[in-house]
Amino acid sequence: MYDPTVARLTYRALLGRRRALILGALPLLLIAISVVVRGLAGADDQTASDLLGGLALATMVPIIGVIAGTGAIGPEIDDGSVVYLLSKPLKRPTIIFTKLIVAIAVTMVFSALPTLVAGFILNGNGQQIAVAYTVAALVSSIAYAALFLLLGTVSRHAVVFGLVYALVWEALFGSLVSGARTLSVQQWSLAVAHKVAGGDLVTSDVSLPTATVLLIVVTVLATWYAGQKLRSLTLAGEE
Amino acid sequence: MTTLNIDHVSRWFGNVVAVNDITMTIGPGVTGLLGPNGAGKSTLINMMGGFLAPSTGSVTLDGEQVWRNEAIYKHIGIVPEREAMYDFLTGREFVVANAELHGLGAKAAQKALATVEMEYAQDRKISTYSKGMRQRVKMASALVHDPSLLLLDEPFNGMDPRQRMQLMDLLRRMGDEGRTVLFSSHILEEVEQLAWHIEVVVAGRHAASGDFRKIRRLMTDRPHRYLVRSSDDRALAAALIADPSTSGIEVDLQEGALRIQAVDFGRFTALLPKVARDHGIRLLTVSPSDESLESVFSYLVAA
Repeated sequence: MYDPTVARLTYRALLGRRRALILGALPLLLIAISVVVRGLAGADDQTASDLLGGLALATMVPIIGVIAGTGAIGPEIDDGSVVYLLSKPLKRPTIIFTKLIVAIAVTMVFSALPTLVAGFILNGNGQQIAVAYTVAALVSSIAYAALFLLLGTVSRHAVVFGLVYALVWEALFGSLVSGARTLSVQQWSLAVAHKVAGGDLVTSDVSLPTATVLLIVVTVLATWYAGQKLRSLTLAGEE
Repeated sequence: MTTLNIDHVSRWFGNVVAVNDITMTIGPGVTGLLGPNGAGKSTLINMMGGFLAPSTGSVTLDGEQVWRNEAIYKHIGIVPEREAMYDFLTGREFVVANAELHGLGAKAAQKALATVEMEYAQDRKISTYSKGMRQRVKMASALVHDPSLLLLDEPFNGMDPRQRMQLMDLLRRMGDEGRTVLFSSHILEEVEQLAWHIEVVVAGRHAASGDFRKIRRLMTDRPHRYLVRSSDDRALAAALIADPSTSGIEVDLQEGALRIQAVDFGRFTALLPKVARDHGIRLLTVSPSDESLESVFSYLVAA
């Protein structure tokens, strides 16, 4: 199921100079803001939770997910170099699964890790807030990577759609319409975070069992469908 | 012995028919797929390589379906036309990766790099390669698993004459070894120099098939049209029409020229200056009016 060569190629494409800069910028921004907030306001649990929930989980994780998920396959399909993977006796689901693992790993490293660091800076993991949001970031990294990998496989405008989903649906629409919040990777991961932190600082609109089932279903379905799409991917010629 | 069978294959994109009911069999040796730009060659090669589903008909390799059959790539090597190829890798890393994806190791990669004579630049990044070097590394990646069928889409595009000759030698060798090699080109001379067998595609249709000499003859024996201006058009017309190499002459008063249709190309080109000299007529303009490749091809379609 996992092909180390596909993984190596994907890592190197993803962590190429330009993309690595974008991937690194957001986490650095989060940590910088955390340092400033801690310096100005001191350690405060509510502030820590607001910042990690609003900036890290609602904005940074999905954006990193978009870059890693779509970037793991989109550019290869766009420029046609995917032909070198497709012209091999490799099962298409193997290619997708491998790229998913890479996208998950990259999203986790560039979003969950800085979330943990920011959490410790903000309030030293008081009330388990840093750990809770880190777990949420880890969990949502998986679902985002799967969703955006699928998007990268089926659409040439994956980054745009991904950002619209991440910013408009998750961040804006979700805060206005309660129904939208139920269908949000962010809320599902918050349900897991709530379980870790306990208390009322971290809350979710979705119950833990529902969230768990939805996370698994979305991840598995998106991955399966991406594999199917890749099996019948059409490489149009220059004509 | 590897045989690629294209059986009543059509492919359309929306309302546009790119490939129209083509049937051909590609056997061992070098076959050239010839046609003008936009004729459907790439669409056809994409279907042969399993990257595009035929709308109707089937493409099979020794009886096995090509579309949605990953296992078939054990036998197929593909050199795509597009340039993109993991530019951040070195040539060696790229070919090794291709070998690994076939379940092979660095040894197979090294052998393929030696075959295309790219060892000297194998540790440079692909982004620094010239067009010809890229083409050769692509070739190495296609050869790494010793495939019995090699598909190349416009492999000579943008190559300088020396690189072109090297690649031709290589493909010739592949054909001599009994591999089935198919390459596409829109340049007749390229195909003529290399292919044992030619398939001509024009406007999505299969226009001709066979030995290149036969097709070359079809192409040169077609009626040629010329626009000729001289010091005495009517006298020249009268003298030319007496010879069987000319089938029709029109005096174009507006243009102030003769429009001549010649049926015997070789004879006519020898005749024209001789007749002019014998009659003391000065030739001012002699220009072929339908020498574009497209007109050559469309003649073939009609033939």
